[in-house]
Amino acid sequence: MQVTLQVRRFNPEAPRAQPYEQEFTLDVPGYFTVLDTLIKVREEMDPTLTLRCSCRASICGSCAMRVNGHAKLVCKTKLTSVMDAQGKVRVAPVGNMPVVKDLVVDMKPFWDKVRGVDPWLQPQGPEPKDEYLAPNEAMVHLTGVMMCIMCGACVSDCTVLEVDSNFLGPAALAKAYRFVGDPRDGAAKGRLGKLSEYGGIWDCTRCYECVQVCPKGVAPMERIMALRDKAIVAGFDKAIGARHTIAFGEIVGHSGRLDELRLVPKTFGMFNPLHLPNLLGMIPVGLRALRRRKLPPIRHKSIPGVENVRRIFKKVEAGQ
Amino acid sequence: MAVYEHDVLVVGAGLAGMRATLAAHQKGANVAMITKVHPVRSHSNAAQGGINAALTSRGDSWEDHAQATVKGSDYLGDQDAIEVMCQEAGDAIIELEHMGVIFNRDETGHLGTRRFGGQEVARTFFVADITGAAILQVLYEQVLKAQVRVYEEWFVTSLVMADGECRGVVALELMTGQLHLIKAKAVVLCTGGTGRIYEPTTNGLVVTGDGLALAYRVGAPLLDMEMVQYHPTTLKGNGVLITEAARGEGAYLLNAKGERFMEKYAPKLMELASRDVVSRAEQTEINEGRGVDGCVLLDLRHLGKEVIETKLGYINEVAMDFLGINLAEEPIPVRPGHHYQMGGIKTNVLGATSIPGLYAAGECAGVSVHGANRLGANSLLDTLIFGRRSGEAATAHAKEQSPKEVPESVLEADGALIRSFLERKPKGDSWARVRLEMGETMNQYMAVFRNEEGMKAALNKVCELKERYPRLAVQDKGQVFNTNLLFTLELGFMLDIAETICVSGLARKESRGAHYRGDIPRRDDVNWLKHTVVSWTPEGTQMDFAPVTITRWQPQERRY
Repeated sequence: MQVTLQVRRFNPEAPRAQPYEQEFTLDVPGYFTVLDTLIKVREEMDPTLTLRCSCRASICGSCAMRVNGHAKLVCKTKLTSVMDAQGKVRVAPVGNMPVVKDLVVDMKPFWDKVRGVDPWLQPQGPEPKDEYLAPNEAMVHLTGVMMCIMCGACVSDCTVLEVDSNFLGPAALAKAYRFVGDPRDGAAKGRLGKLSEYGGIWDCTRCYECVQVCPKGVAPMERIMALRDKAIVAGFDKAIGARHTIAFGEIVGHSGRLDELRLVPKTFGMFNPLHLPNLLGMIPVGLRALRRRKLPPIRHKSIPGVENVRRIFKKVEAGQ
Repeated sequence: MAVYEHDVLVVGAGLAGMRATLAAHQKGANVAMITKVHPVRSHSNAAQGGINAALTSRGDSWEDHAQATVKGSDYLGDQDAIEVMCQEAGDAIIELEHMGVIFNRDETGHLGTRRFGGQEVARTFFVADITGAAILQVLYEQVLKAQVRVYEEWFVTSLVMADGECRGVVALELMTGQLHLIKAKAVVLCTGGTGRIYEPTTNGLVVTGDGLALAYRVGAPLLDMEMVQYHPTTLKGNGVLITEAARGEGAYLLNAKGERFMEKYAPKLMELASRDVVSRAEQTEINEGRGVDGCVLLDLRHLGKEVIETKLGYINEVAMDFLGINLAEEPIPVRPGHHYQMGGIKTNVLGATSIPGLYAAGECAGVSVHGANRLGANSLLDTLIFGRRSGEAATAHAKEQSPKEVPESVLEADGALIRSFLERKPKGDSWARVRLEMGETMNQYMAVFRNEEGMKAALNKVCELKERYPRLAVQDKGQVFNTNLLFTLELGFMLDIAETICVSGLARKESRGAHYRGDIPRRDDVNWLKHTVVSWTPEGTQMDFAPVTITRWQPQERRY
């Protein structure tokens, strides 16, 4: 079948170097992946086309790229799954990392974040002579996170990293979860405290992009949410995100629905000088809502049948 | 120009390289690691099924593991080295577990095992079917913790020699295109296998035999290079690996008639006979017309969905991605495919080569623990045991050495070679074409079944390609991340090694392990219970032989 790859190229050594698009049209077998096609272009049409790849079987993590605007591991992406009606596929380097040349990016920001979560097991107490005993379910559960091949697809499409490079990001946080969730690790408390700081678990906006693009089913965002739960249980409940979560639960658990007027002060604290600017910053929002008649009622009423909601909350709490 | 200097420099960052690096670090060496790809991209991550060890603390016998390894090697493995590996295996597993590897457990919370080929005891420890990747990640974590310097995406172009000793490397920094001299009192080669010499192969595109060629070019001999493993289960089409763990968990091999044909070839161990035996059986079925479109079928259906999803999830993903097959519902077509180089740079059990200051471990080394055929799940073990040993031995060696002058003129030869490729005008031929012709030739003649005529044809072809090689041109003229140049340099390495495989194959006038000659189908212990040893000389390859070390297991007829 005929395919046209539209590749975003960049030659840093060209005069006035600018990214540009180049099209390659070629005949390939129907079972070809995007990577097979890129390699064919590199070997038969243009040897200057530059990309990283190795295993061709979605385990080395070298070949994350944006295909039609979204991060994918190109070795496991069949052409037929991404071609448009004209047989065209757009390929570009991953996002949120500086481009070195063509489809090759500098992954230093990625690895710096991973290093930032102290990514090694920290057992406590004397080492046993034999193996640590651990339930198989815990190990199998962690295998789901260990499937991460550090390809950077999640970081590429993370909408928080796009606006805030301080965010640890989905890959590093999933890596952190791998240790916090390990029954052999003795440093969970310290880790959770550090992860609750600025740039950590509470900076995720839950947009689901990382879950969507992860080629290995690691679901980084779900790991971040699990870390949030563990952080609150471990007593790290002072971060704004944690306070917001707790306040949300309290209000809904009490009246069966959200009361935004109470949520804001409960999150920031009425008299907390640290968060006073945040609290005052909400005033214009409130005024705008008032002007558009969207301000929630001052007297917050419980929903009918609220006792059922309360019962659900009780049950969940008892379960924990 | 900056000159870099270390006690120990480890080339390659797969399992052997990282284990060597950690060992040198623990022994107090100023150690650095140099690798042409980021460490976690190394091809060790493709190891799927597991790692063998006899845990003597729970009553398993390392001697039994050693005996199986000796038999698997078709008695060509050196038994002193095999004893070392199998004796130290248990500690290596426990050490990995303590570092953080999330090994599968049994119902009591202890490490769980599965069965693997060529052995009757279940002693393969595993992390689902991503064991290599899971260990690689953990070793990288330890390297980060140790804060070892890593020259990442630097490609070693040659070894630096001074007074007959290895004293460092010349390397190309991919990001800048600059050549650098890195001095070291000892160099450990851990560059992995030679997969890209064959087409197709289960190996990644980065597996180009660099370390073997680097050592060979400075005069270190290569052992048993004819011993090339074809894995029995590689996927139809792109040749991706399907782990032996599938059969370890109980999968069947079927021919076109739906028969479990291994019955005829290995009535006792059936699908779990050693790899050379199973690959030959499959190829025989295919050649005699009982194949299915050039393949046989691997049937996992009776294992059930849960086993497949929890223990074999990765191959299930691969089968779905590439063939659209759900393993719980349909058998998959597989065939023997190039997988592993048993031979390698001749070393002793400390990883020392014949050149002072030069060490080697892992797939690039020939210790030799695999002999004529490697058992599944022994390769990860090999990397850890001999990686550690070579890192320690290199450190001990480095501590005895005083600094030596190495002139920067050593950069000139590689600089001139690179310039010649960059300055030449393209004339139609390309590195990719030469590599493909080499790969297809090797896969045709140096495969499961061989004979004199075919091996001669392969050697002639490789020699023709070697003549074309120096006339190649690199079309990318840039400095930054010039992969066109990188691939061309790698091709030079591969052509040298392809020649050693052909020459060694022609030298061995018998059939043993993976080296099966249709024209001489018998093993000949009287004349050929010995290693082939090939060396580089200015006049061409030189063939010698070395005795096999036998400690307690005398050669016997091999039946599975």
